[in-house]
Amino acid sequence: MAASPKLTRRQLLKGTAAAGALGMLGSLNWTGQAWAADKVKMGFIFVGPRDDYGYNQAHFEGKSAVAKLDWVKAFDEEKVPETIEVQKTMESMVKLDGAQVLFPTSFGYFDPHILKVAPQFPHIQFLHCGGLYQEGKHPKNVGSYFGYIDESQYIAGIVAGGMSKTGKLGFVAAKPIPQVLRNINNYTLGARSIKPNTTVNVIFTGDWSLPVREAEATNSLVDQGIDVVTCHVDSPKVVITTSEKRGIYCTGYHCNQSKLAPKGYLTGAEWNWAKVYMDYAEMIRKGQPIPHLVRGGLKEGLVRVSDYNQVVTEAVRKQADEAKAKFMSGQMVVYKGPIKDNTGRVVIAAGKEHVQTDIWLESTDWLVEGVVGSTKS
Amino acid sequence: MDIGWWGVVIAVLGGAIRIGTPFLFVSLGECLTEKSGRINLGLEGTLVMGAMTGYAVSLHSGSPWLGVVCAGLAGMVLGALHSWLCSFQRVNDIAVGIAMMLFGTGLAFFLGKPYIQPSAPRLPSIDLGAWSDIPQLKAALQINALFLIGIIVAIALGWMLKNTAWGLKVRVVGESSDAARALGLPVDRIRIMSTAQGGFLAGIGGSYLSLYYPFNWSEGLSSGQGLMAVALVIFARWQPMACLWVSLLWGGAAALGPSLQSVGITGGYYIFNAIPYIMTLAVMIITCSPRRTLVGVPHELTVTR
Repeated sequence: MAASPKLTRRQLLKGTAAAGALGMLGSLNWTGQAWAADKVKMGFIFVGPRDDYGYNQAHFEGKSAVAKLDWVKAFDEEKVPETIEVQKTMESMVKLDGAQVLFPTSFGYFDPHILKVAPQFPHIQFLHCGGLYQEGKHPKNVGSYFGYIDESQYIAGIVAGGMSKTGKLGFVAAKPIPQVLRNINNYTLGARSIKPNTTVNVIFTGDWSLPVREAEATNSLVDQGIDVVTCHVDSPKVVITTSEKRGIYCTGYHCNQSKLAPKGYLTGAEWNWAKVYMDYAEMIRKGQPIPHLVRGGLKEGLVRVSDYNQVVTEAVRKQADEAKAKFMSGQMVVYKGPIKDNTGRVVIAAGKEHVQTDIWLESTDWLVEGVVGSTKS
Repeated sequence: MDIGWWGVVIAVLGGAIRIGTPFLFVSLGECLTEKSGRINLGLEGTLVMGAMTGYAVSLHSGSPWLGVVCAGLAGMVLGALHSWLCSFQRVNDIAVGIAMMLFGTGLAFFLGKPYIQPSAPRLPSIDLGAWSDIPQLKAALQINALFLIGIIVAIALGWMLKNTAWGLKVRVVGESSDAARALGLPVDRIRIMSTAQGGFLAGIGGSYLSLYYPFNWSEGLSSGQGLMAVALVIFARWQPMACLWVSLLWGGAAALGPSLQSVGITGGYYIFNAIPYIMTLAVMIITCSPRRTLVGVPHELTVTR
């Protein structure tokens, strides 16, 4: 598509790259002098549409927030598949748009695509959303950022458990990967922290975007007496609208879906990427070194909880806010033993605890007691 | 109310209607098209285009039914285009169909960009379950008028193909274009008409997806349902009434996976989700025989010629 202009630009860039290299000799801070006078140029790449009420929209909202700063120039491309396409997009963002930092936001962009392109542009930062970066193993101009959204799911679980009359919650999930399982576990632990008999029925649909099956799953859950449902799929829109039509409560994921279900949307676990992107922009402007790993939860402001629906009772709000305050002060430890999985096996022994940053949690392959479901495919 | 295992039965019953309706429309459209001796693989694109058009028109006009009609018209245009291209000498309808499929989905994604976010007015439901006091059964029997229209179309199409002069012409063109020409029938025109009408039905099937169930416009909406419906026509042996039963069967089978998980059958969900496809393969294998040809197959179809 852009093959012919690319060639001419490449020749142009050879000159500028040489100039840039000279600047880099002086310090490791490539951002410092070279671009100081100019705007900070940030490129964002999304795997799906910007306005999907889901994962991509959450990132796009972050991009939009940072784009409002008058010293930032932000550009994005949506619907870029996790194939050689994303390599082309990254290259053109660097060469044609002059991006200083790229945010390829999808999980599958990392290996092999970022790993292939990053070494070609050592003066550009490639910051990936997800937990795949490893110090020492991956190129120096690569880093990763991610939020502990399971903390928000814990709060949403409290609200869901508190508002449920049947004590049965539902969870429509795409695939049993660690991040999804952590969300399910936190949701369940949150609900059971206030009502220990609550159960959470999980339905795995098998893929990230299957609208018909997501609607079917929601209907089946409602038929089984579930009265609050949530999900972890790319776009929660179908699950939220289906639950509203069936007249039950729901809690959202990725971004705020209250408009889709004004009656039933209790609260939701949301990303707050604006915070992350603003921080990065600031660091680049000031010429500070870019950290390789950025992580955080409610306390760091990387994730948040949607405003409670007016139907959420005072008592439930209080319980949720108490837990939130604990997260904000850093005292909350969700994975504190004894914790059993849903087959009765003790996963975390009494007296042991795993704090949020514990790498052990990133290999979660079990479902906590109270979940009806199985990770077996 | 705790209904336990009955939940699976109700889900399959409800799913047969909910999921089966778009299959029904697309397969009826393809059935008519193939009866005239042409294959339209582009119906996947027509379905997606219909879904987008229906959603967009419903949003702008406030009338979901106007959306359904416009979705049908969009499908009709795509069908006519397909058939017009195929009417040239030595143009392969399979290849054109694949091109039309990509064209239809691509165009729908391009034009549908602004409609992912907003919520359009939804098609109303009809409560057939008002007699029951089981809420789950009530919900499963909430159906859309399009399903009833689909049944009427299936009956009418079957009757017309068999008993009217128009139906006879379509069948002659599909059986032998040489014979049709000898009779003085305008072969290309009849095929273009049949394919356009088939496209109209497929477009309506698309609008059912975006305007009723799952009620959403997004790029993952169809996930291959238009293609499956083409296979379904072979399964149904080119009989409109059989299309109805097969659509219901597939709809029910597609509902089985999620509902089994909801009652606690948690293992093997990939297998359960694949049941409609496994079923198709099984039926194909059981019914195929080297000693006879398929019953009801139009002989002008490129795949059988």
